[in-house]
Amino acid sequence: MSDVVERTLSVLPGLLGQHDPGTGPGGAGGPGRVSATSRLGSLIRSITALTSKHEEEKLIQQELTSLKTTVSAPTTTLRLMKECMVRLIYCEMLGYESSFGYIHAIKLAQQGNLLEKRVGYLAVSLFLHENHELLLLLVNTVVKDLQSTNLVEVCMALTIVSQIFPREMIPAVLPLIEDKLQHSKEIIRRKAVQALYKFYLIAPNQVQHIHDKFRKALCDRDAGVMAASLHIYLQMIKENPSGYKDLTGSFVTILKQVVGGKLPIDFNYHSVPAPWLQIQLLRILGLLGKDDPRTSELMYDVLDESLRRAEINHNITYAILFECVQTIYTINPKSELLEKAAKCIGKFVLSPKINLKYLGLKALTYVIQQDPNLALQHQMTIIECLDHPDPIIKRETLELLYRITNGQNVIVIVQKMLDYLKESKEEYAIINLVGKIAELAEKYAPDNEWFIQTMNAVFSVGGDVVHPDIPNNFLRLLAEGFDDGKEDVQLQMYAVQSYLALLEEEDALYPQKFLQVMSWVLGEYSSLVTDVDPEVILTKLHSLLKKTFVTSETKVWIMAAVTKIASRTSCSKTVDKLIQEFSNSLDTCMRQYAFELKHLCEDKALMKTLLPFDASCGDMVVDASLSFLDGFVAEGLGRGAAPYKPHHQRQEEKLSQEKALNFEPYGLSFVSSVSSSGVTGRQSPTGLSFGSDTSGNSAETGHKETNTLKLEGVRKLWGKEGYLPKKENKVGKENEPQTLSCGTLLAGQVGESPALQSDQVASLSEEDKEKQQLASTLFIGLGSNAGVSLMGKVDTTIQKFKRKSKINETQSSEEVSDFQISAASDFGPLLDTAPINVEDCEGNTHTRLRKSSLCSSDIVEENLAFETPQSLKKSGLDERLSDSRLSQSSLFADSNMEIFQPSPSARCEGASKTPLVPSLPEELEDLTHSEVLELCQSDALALHLCKILESPTYQFPVIEAQCVEHCQKCVWMDKICTQGILSASVHYQSELETRLQFSITLSLLDFIRPMEMTTEDFGKLWLSLSNDVKQNIKLSSSQDSLSAAMNTLQQKLKLHIVDTIGNEGILACRLLPSVPCLLHCRTHSGMLALWFRSPCAALPDGLLYQCQKVMEES
Amino acid sequence: MINAILVFNNHGKPRLVRFYQHLAEEVQQQIIRETFHLVLKRDDHICNFLECGSLFGGSDYKLIYRHYATLYFVFCVDSSESELGILDLIQVFVETLDKCFENVCELDLIFHMDKVHHILQEVVIGGMVLETNMNEIVAQVEAQSKLEKAEQGIAGPAVTVPSRWQGGLSAAPSRAVSAVKNINLPEIPRNINIGDINIKVPNLSQFM
Repeated sequence: MSDVVERTLSVLPGLLGQHDPGTGPGGAGGPGRVSATSRLGSLIRSITALTSKHEEEKLIQQELTSLKTTVSAPTTTLRLMKECMVRLIYCEMLGYESSFGYIHAIKLAQQGNLLEKRVGYLAVSLFLHENHELLLLLVNTVVKDLQSTNLVEVCMALTIVSQIFPREMIPAVLPLIEDKLQHSKEIIRRKAVQALYKFYLIAPNQVQHIHDKFRKALCDRDAGVMAASLHIYLQMIKENPSGYKDLTGSFVTILKQVVGGKLPIDFNYHSVPAPWLQIQLLRILGLLGKDDPRTSELMYDVLDESLRRAEINHNITYAILFECVQTIYTINPKSELLEKAAKCIGKFVLSPKINLKYLGLKALTYVIQQDPNLALQHQMTIIECLDHPDPIIKRETLELLYRITNGQNVIVIVQKMLDYLKESKEEYAIINLVGKIAELAEKYAPDNEWFIQTMNAVFSVGGDVVHPDIPNNFLRLLAEGFDDGKEDVQLQMYAVQSYLALLEEEDALYPQKFLQVMSWVLGEYSSLVTDVDPEVILTKLHSLLKKTFVTSETKVWIMAAVTKIASRTSCSKTVDKLIQEFSNSLDTCMRQYAFELKHLCEDKALMKTLLPFDASCGDMVVDASLSFLDGFVAEGLGRGAAPYKPHHQRQEEKLSQEKALNFEPYGLSFVSSVSSSGVTGRQSPTGLSFGSDTSGNSAETGHKETNTLKLEGVRKLWGKEGYLPKKENKVGKENEPQTLSCGTLLAGQVGESPALQSDQVASLSEEDKEKQQLASTLFIGLGSNAGVSLMGKVDTTIQKFKRKSKINETQSSEEVSDFQISAASDFGPLLDTAPINVEDCEGNTHTRLRKSSLCSSDIVEENLAFETPQSLKKSGLDERLSDSRLSQSSLFADSNMEIFQPSPSARCEGASKTPLVPSLPEELEDLTHSEVLELCQSDALALHLCKILESPTYQFPVIEAQCVEHCQKCVWMDKICTQGILSASVHYQSELETRLQFSITLSLLDFIRPMEMTTEDFGKLWLSLSNDVKQNIKLSSSQDSLSAAMNTLQQKLKLHIVDTIGNEGILACRLLPSVPCLLHCRTHSGMLALWFRSPCAALPDGLLYQCQKVMEES
Repeated sequence: MINAILVFNNHGKPRLVRFYQHLAEEVQQQIIRETFHLVLKRDDHICNFLECGSLFGGSDYKLIYRHYATLYFVFCVDSSESELGILDLIQVFVETLDKCFENVCELDLIFHMDKVHHILQEVVIGGMVLETNMNEIVAQVEAQSKLEKAEQGIAGPAVTVPSRWQGGLSAAPSRAVSAVKNINLPEIPRNINIGDINIKVPNLSQFM
């Protein structure tokens, strides 16, 4: 053992003499005392000297035996008994049971003098638990002590009551304890309150009548008693906050007085007045003020004061601050307080003390739902915490990231989580994290490949500790699929391929759950992969079956997979071999499966019907009454077999037989059983019904049925819970694109002064850049600039699992596929709804715009109903837009930009050929807009387009025009590109249903808007952006000055000039809706140096191209 | 609530074990072992809070610990306790021990287990924090040891009488007890001036 122990041993004798309280005034004390102490001493000494657990055990057992004889010897004095108790406590602490001493502990508490009593009580409270039968023996002692005139005895009794007391004996002591609430000594009152708290915990009903006494305790003149009563209140308010709202004022008053230093100085801890009391009160206030504006109103002042008073000087003030912050975020919010609380959180997060950092992260996690911007402010700290050496900090950070995950950052966050998982060895952490990864992967998976790979990682790292829901949900997801069948097949095929690749590795050890998932998927879907010979798969499964690490449960899964695959192949050598091998396996289960397989292989047709392809989601009709066995049962009965009795009946009979011998002949019990089973069963042809236990039947027919049932049973596993129905899926799709469309602005909270900006930027180390890069990927979609919050909040909860089309190579084309899917699914119904709209707008020509608010499918969901004046024929017009240019990654979704289409203008068939001049409605005339262009026209319809480059602030009214219909669409750019084409078609009905196709070309500039900001804001923003592009352009002679160049940019590109200093200028713009791009330009010797920065990587490139074009043109 | 207070040394030898919820002996030992392993892995400069997983049966529990020389003081608490509050409570507890034992060391905890438990009982009772005022705790403990000494003085001769268990077995102690009772008990000092009500009683007339 180490030298520490040696040193300990060497000083032992000295210490023994020095600290022994026994060597008090009585000189050397009694002889018994010394020997007892030295006995404990020698026990400890010998234990410390031991090296193995085994030796320790032997020694303690010896000790216990000797103790046993001592305590039960009649000659043992109470004093010696006390020493024995201490030794027993020691042995118990080391984990050795000493139940023989329990009764003596009670005796000691009963009979001893004060000192011995105290040890007796202590031993009782350590040895026994609430329901221990011996505890009843203590009640009398407690009652006696409570009535004692000796304060110390009363104290001891109250102490034991508040630690351990039998519930059913509460009435015996309750009146006594109630009396103690009026005791003159505060310590007694305090302990009495504590005892009542204990009673409240174990039997709340029994103390119901003394609730007003609690209130008296709350206003006790001694602060200690009041503090003790808060325990009770915290508990009661937790259970029923609405019942104690009337006390809010009192709690606030108390807190005010505590905070204001009205308590005696004695209560101060590191010059903070009663910090624990404050914490307790803040918690109570939080509970009371939750979701209750009126009650919250009462506490704003005191919370503000608490925040103010808690000057940072010690740990404990942080404890109060943390509690304050939590309360402020729990109660009905008040912006002023929230602001202060947010600042406080900042102090925590930025603190160099790790404990505070941890709590800061915790607080952030707590408030992130309410205030995602707070996370943005601290993103760099969060990034640093990801690499913190303390795993606890890391885990808390991941928890935080988990809360802010969205479709854009899911890949990075999940990667971080997987990294942590690989290092972590704590089972608890693994289970927790694996669950989260699986959840995120399901919710936000950007593509199939990633999803399957992530799930593979989850299964292989999570091993067998993963929650059973995870594989269940995963398989369910694979089986049920989504709206798009093709999509499903892709996913399934990908899964099969990835598993085949995994099984390729010879010595890889996979967790059982993972193997089960693999075998199920291979069994179900391997036939989808046509380029792999089923024989190959069978061989792999076969070799798995022979591995020793595969448990028998997993083997059953594999066997089921083999059976399924075998049903789809004509004949297989592997299957034959397998049948042969397992037909005489010692594992009965495997043997049964082998036999089943064998029989099924003989009848391929039957096998095919039993194991249909991809039918795992189909509903199965199970004949629960097992009527198909009726014939078999009847035959059995005919041969004189005893009828089946249900389990409970057998049990009953067994019981009754135990009581008395059963002299009834068999016949009678037969009748009774028939009647009883008739109750549960259905009418069978024989008039009787027999419940049949499959396991009991060994006949061949029953066997086969069991087989199928079992196989299906495996599939059925995924039938019950967890995965979301398909309808919700759509909702998810509609919501998803939103987040994707918004770039992130990294709010520059770094705190450098704007003047230093450029130098600082330049000096940013590579590492920092990396971190910033990471930050921008992690926090993407979390917030946006200048208060233009696109999403308001991270709507993590609404978004459901989302599958994306695989057609597109680029990840960016998600929307497109979405778009298509919704086009496919949404259009049908839309056509149907058209007539309804026509009815709506009866009489006059008007356009009705239907907008499903803020979703991308908005584009397609447009209905136009109008009337042609001449024919007065009602026509339903359905306009569809469908993006035809998939290859180009131009993505358009709903945005601020209004494309105004003064179209379709319907004209009378025979009359004037003069086309109506489309013009903008008056309200839009004032807005910046492009010229009205004719897009295309047919004989009945002409389409015109006008781009409105400002979003109007009002809702569009119904547009009235004789023959002109207007329709407005919002479009925005999701993926940066220089040009995008929006193709669409208009369906209209005049005499025939006609379709008119058109397309609109939109350029990046259509989506660029000036962005107003101050130089200071620019500086901050500049620092926080990570994507930059630099380029020098030669200035033409006409605009060799900086101002001329900047003016050109302002006019042509709609950039906003922020500031010009000397030969440098800064400009800003934003891509709709809110992705900023900053430009810094400098002229020197006929060159213009452009330097773009933006959170979006592609935007600077796109803008640079436009700049070059503009500068060349001018 | 505090579920358990564990003190063990750098080798994982338990020095003080107090559970406030009933657990089987084996479970308790397992908790001590696992807690020790969790805490041991962590060096001194990382945070003092730890999630202990399903050690206590729920995910809600947390370990808050401090490391003093050869001893680890670990409090296992549920979510209703403030982390930093408990961290300072450990400090209060240890400082109190230090005052009571004058330079407390590991051996004090072993040889005066009962006393340590009694001190702890003044701080935490039934899993709830009862007193955090160090002076008050020390005063209580001192009052008790005074009592001990007084008892010692009186009970001393009583023990030397070869009293038989059956005979006047409880006679001697009970005499001692009554003797103690007659002694004017040392007034437990508490620096609150009760006459001058320092903390104003909130106006609760509506329910009084």
